[in-house]
Amino acid sequence: MRLSIYRFNPETDAEPYMQDYDVALEPGDKMLLDVLLRIKDLDDTLSMRKSCREGVCGSDAMNINGKNGLACITKLTDLKEPVVVRPLPGLPVVRDLVVDMTQFFKQYHSVKPYLVNDEPPPATERLQSPEDREKLDGLYECVLCGACTTSCPSFWWNPDKFVGPAGLLQAYRFIADSRDQATDERLDNLEDPYRLYKCHNIMNCVDVCPKGLSPSKAIGKIKELKLKRLTK
Amino acid sequence: MVKSHALRLWLAQRITGALMAIYALMVGSVLYVQHPTEYGTWKALFSTGWMRAATLVFVLSLVWHAWLGMHDILIDYVKPALAHRILKNLVVLSLAVYAVWSMRILWSI
Repeated sequence: MRLSIYRFNPETDAEPYMQDYDVALEPGDKMLLDVLLRIKDLDDTLSMRKSCREGVCGSDAMNINGKNGLACITKLTDLKEPVVVRPLPGLPVVRDLVVDMTQFFKQYHSVKPYLVNDEPPPATERLQSPEDREKLDGLYECVLCGACTTSCPSFWWNPDKFVGPAGLLQAYRFIADSRDQATDERLDNLEDPYRLYKCHNIMNCVDVCPKGLSPSKAIGKIKELKLKRLTK
Repeated sequence: MVKSHALRLWLAQRITGALMAIYALMVGSVLYVQHPTEYGTWKALFSTGWMRAATLVFVLSLVWHAWLGMHDILIDYVKPALAHRILKNLVVLSLAVYAVWSMRILWSI
């Protein structure tokens, strides 16, 4: 299998370049990560992040043949050769396929991704009805890989001001949670021309999400709630 | 209320978009039914009060919608303050000219 991989080591390279690799596949090689690890065995200077190798940790998000995804759950049979592998777009490259995700997590933290509830905690846990729990489906599964946010042109242009699809999906995950009491504050927190409204429904986020989630839908729900509040 | 300014802008874009869609459907159906093939029929159609009113709403929606869209594009792509201001004023000026021009055409027939 032929791959063309983005290489850049800021300590030794003046400019990034693409390096070609030809790899002989073994019968057990099913996913792109298997091949990348095989390359790493041959050339240990290649840097990348990976951990769970089953689409749960979100570490190995990268741009694969022009589309963001997780290498560990991208099937080799679905890939056209040469497989062009680049780091996630829109974030500074630390080295090779490793990007600096500080901006991404800064936006994520800005939506307060935790339950806010000032009532004294009950002896066991805060219970939810099965219906209320169901409202979190399609939201809680996000692994924060950053594939959606880094494929969003609105985030490319305003990474410091626009929360981005992953952050907004998380914002709605807590707004929709029956145990959370800070809905008004959360909606206020998304009220400037940038944080929420820079989403123009381009829907790259929905196209690339490796977990099949829809940040666009969550963003639509937030807008709907804001509208309801306005007309109240 | 300043607090929901961004929400209002977003809402305005949706409402003007919906008004334009309604106008397009309406004019489309009228043209389909009446099939105006000569100047006289066109003139008669656009001389009626309701058609003028609807077209006025359409043109104002279009101008407002275009302004909101252009404003977003300028924010994203034109960062230098001076160039941003000049282009913003040019957009406002051209949209105002287009609106007045459309009205003049509409009321001259």
